[in-house]
Amino acid sequence: MALILDVLVQFVQLALVLSLAPLLTGYIRKVKSHLLRRRGPSVLQPYRDLFKLLRKEVVLAENASWVFRVAPYIVFATMLIAAALVPTFATGLVFSPAADLIAIVALLGSARFALALAGLDVGTSFGGIGSSREMMIASLAEPAMLMIVFTLSLLAGSTQLSSVSAFLHGPEVGLRVSLAMALVGLIMVAIAENARIPVDNPATHLELTMIHEAMILEYSGRHLAVIEAAASLKLLLYLSLIGCVFVPWGVATAGQGFGAFAVGLIAYIVKLAVGGFLLAVFETVTAKMRVFRVSDFLGAALMLGFLAALLLFVSQSV
Amino acid sequence: MTDLGALLAKATLLVPACVAALLALFPDDRLTARLNSLGALVTFLASTGLFFVRPAAGPFLIVDDVNVVFIVLTTFVGFTTSVFSASYIAHELEQGRLTPVYLRFYHAMYQTLMFAMNLALLANNVGLMWVAVELATLTTVLMVGIYRTPAALEAAWKYFILGSVGIALALFGTILVYLAARSVVGEGLDAMAWNVLVKRASAFDPALLNLAFVFLLLGYGTKVGLAPLHAWLPDAHAEGPTPISAVLSGLLLNVALFAVLRFKMVMAANPGALAPGPLMVTLGLISVLFAAFMLYRRHDIKRMFAYSSIEHMGIITFAFGMGGPIANFAGLLHMTFHSLTKSAIFFSVGHIAQVKGTQAMAEIRGLTVSHPVLGWGLVLGVITIVGLPPMGIFMSEFLIITSTFARQPVLAVALALGLLVALGALLLRLNGLAFGEPRGSSARTEASFVPMFAHLSLVLAAGIYLPPALVSWFQYVAGLLG
Amino acid sequence: MDRLVLDVAHLFAGGLVLVSFLLLYQDRMFGLLNTFALHALVVSLSVAWQAYIQLAPHLYITAAIALVVKAIIIPVALHRIIVRLGIHRTIETVVGIGQTMLAGIALVALSILVMLPITAEAGTLAREDLAFSLSVILLGLLMMISRRNAVSQVIGFMSIENGLILAATAAKGMPLVVEISVAFSILIALIVIGIFLFRIRERFDTVDVHALERFRGEQL
Repeated sequence: MALILDVLVQFVQLALVLSLAPLLTGYIRKVKSHLLRRRGPSVLQPYRDLFKLLRKEVVLAENASWVFRVAPYIVFATMLIAAALVPTFATGLVFSPAADLIAIVALLGSARFALALAGLDVGTSFGGIGSSREMMIASLAEPAMLMIVFTLSLLAGSTQLSSVSAFLHGPEVGLRVSLAMALVGLIMVAIAENARIPVDNPATHLELTMIHEAMILEYSGRHLAVIEAAASLKLLLYLSLIGCVFVPWGVATAGQGFGAFAVGLIAYIVKLAVGGFLLAVFETVTAKMRVFRVSDFLGAALMLGFLAALLLFVSQSV
Repeated sequence: MTDLGALLAKATLLVPACVAALLALFPDDRLTARLNSLGALVTFLASTGLFFVRPAAGPFLIVDDVNVVFIVLTTFVGFTTSVFSASYIAHELEQGRLTPVYLRFYHAMYQTLMFAMNLALLANNVGLMWVAVELATLTTVLMVGIYRTPAALEAAWKYFILGSVGIALALFGTILVYLAARSVVGEGLDAMAWNVLVKRASAFDPALLNLAFVFLLLGYGTKVGLAPLHAWLPDAHAEGPTPISAVLSGLLLNVALFAVLRFKMVMAANPGALAPGPLMVTLGLISVLFAAFMLYRRHDIKRMFAYSSIEHMGIITFAFGMGGPIANFAGLLHMTFHSLTKSAIFFSVGHIAQVKGTQAMAEIRGLTVSHPVLGWGLVLGVITIVGLPPMGIFMSEFLIITSTFARQPVLAVALALGLLVALGALLLRLNGLAFGEPRGSSARTEASFVPMFAHLSLVLAAGIYLPPALVSWFQYVAGLLG
Repeated sequence: MDRLVLDVAHLFAGGLVLVSFLLLYQDRMFGLLNTFALHALVVSLSVAWQAYIQLAPHLYITAAIALVVKAIIIPVALHRIIVRLGIHRTIETVVGIGQTMLAGIALVALSILVMLPITAEAGTLAREDLAFSLSVILLGLLMMISRRNAVSQVIGFMSIENGLILAATAAKGMPLVVEISVAFSILIALIVIGIFLFRIRERFDTVDVHALERFRGEQL
């Protein structure tokens, strides 16, 4: 009975994540519009967009292969699993042994791989540009991400997200400059991976400035809906990751009962709101970087990750 | 007795410092030169007194067997150089290469340099010695750039950067030495005093000492001019005023090497530490071979003799790296002789440059015909520096090679090769400079020849007969060096 | 030792290494000056903390000197010099910034590997600080090597000095000579910078050391 209840809670998390993702995207758009003194679209607009796209007909290029048709579902599936594994309102849920940081990075990598292939598949030049730029970013962002993971797991003694979160919530952490560096690095990686300003403009229609948008330029109908949902899920995933690791207060542990879960849920929604607000402010005040500068930006994130790991290594060796 | 010694030691330091302050204020140029020489003379006399009376070793100053001869040598060469400088600088003033303001600056810096070098030699505290070497570097940097031509500025800037980096590394090495000493001796001034360090060095942590010595050798080695850290040396010698080249080659390189030697003594006292020998031998041999081959392609006379300085510093470092009583003895002798000879050579080069108005060797020919005293003085100087008998340098080089041959024949052969190559280059150039048809202007020399011949006669005399007291002193110190 | 005390010291020392990397990352002159001011600020905070832990009040003077001279006076003076002499505002590097940073990481790893085993007998705090100070020194050397502009080379040299200050205060109980040498270095660096930059400016249009190479004298 308890097991069924736990599994149910896990599925609640999955559903929560899936339903909150478009809302988060809409909320960020709304905040940005208000900062620009516009009214902006409603926060529920992404839902409406998704439903509209689901009902529309899919238009495929003549030379599109099966990769093109399958890729959106691969991307969505991996993204959903990854997002479901990251603790939101509670740690230690049923699937949490599988919620390994490295596994999450691998899932994200698979999604990126599928999407890049899809961008190349139809043979258009813009798709090629998008895929090659995406891979350039990935070649720097992924090592940076792994160094950050390394730092966190050096501290917590495990790569499992629940343990990391629990450790960082506990008293033995102390004041650590490595954590600050890991946080800044993770934020930089998150910005790059989610195609946000200053790396990529999610609202652009100029193809030569696109990275993420260029890869999905050929998609329409339900394929596009699925890919858009996956992109929202990715943003939610990164925000939840930052929240559960660096701002772990309020998270419940499994088995604490519905009261704690409710508190955890409220805390989670507050964290998402604050994170989304900060992201919107940051995007509004920063300008987009030229593409060749992105490597410097991500190189800095990589260096931060390296440095954080080195400093941690020093303090643990003495 | 020790009070007198303390007074003399302090005089060796205070006299240059006060004279420097005075010279910065005095406007009259001829008087400043005379005051400069007078101050140097007084310092020299005070330091000779240290031969006979010594103060007790304090936390900051010490006069022991190792540094007493160097102090006397430094103050002596400082005095003779000031005499040379007095007439040389007056001529530079006439020619308009220097303005009176800079003249005051020059003399004040000269005395400050003397102060700094004396302090470095007399210091008992490792940190104080470091401060003194830094001060010496800075004063020479300012003096090298004094002509303010683009080439001089470039030389001074290069010297500043490389010298400062060297000093920074040396400071790190100093801190490490203090750390090693602190765990044995305890905190405070004692952990930085030479006499305490040498006595207790056997208990220090060897790994820490090793790392410290690497940094110190690299740091102070830059100031000694060992290849590959020598890049500042040729330019600094060529572009600065000649008295400064003489002081750089003759004195400052010695002082830096003295610092390395002190640390070598500390290392030698610790059996577990890395043998400092091989490192020094390698650097020394590289310097000798490199400089010997570079001597062939030089077109500027001062630059050529600067490379000769690199070569000789390499020989000395090699000798101390080989270690053992004979090699150390020879190294000490070589330091003294090189100091005297190289400064004498630079005196003559200074005369030549003033007379001919150029430093390019292609323009200078037939000196023995047009200026006999100067020409033959140069010939004598070059014969001395390449190590031909009966001059003193022959003896020291001979001792180094034979003592090395007994232990490491291959190294001895390499060293001999370097020496022969250098000999060939210098004699070839000397032939062009001193003999043949005179070329260039035939103006009379205005400056004094006395310092140059004083040095050379000393080296000649020492080559023929070295007083037994001096021999036994050198041998004693050679034993201390390990 | 108290956990918090160690953590704060580690924070400052690690922060200094981070700011050294920031120095390497800069490509604009004014940004470089501001970052250097931050570098000096972190050093002075670190020294002040050491003074507090070691109960060595004379180190407060060192911290104050580092703060006033290096964090305030020198950056302001350099700012004025740059404006007045019209020095190039972008910093040309010898290799790209990415490779420089990678080399920097390698140097930090090297210095940690070298220093930690050697200092096994010293206290935890001293060991960390010495490893980090060697990293800062090596990063400063890297900066001097990889820059073409005289001002940035001088700033690299001053960051080496900051690393040395950190090392000297980590070596607990080093006598007053430290303050003398620190003050000395600062003073002289200031004087010489002023004199040299001015003199160089009199003859050339830029303070780019590349332009100086034309006057190298004889090539090797």
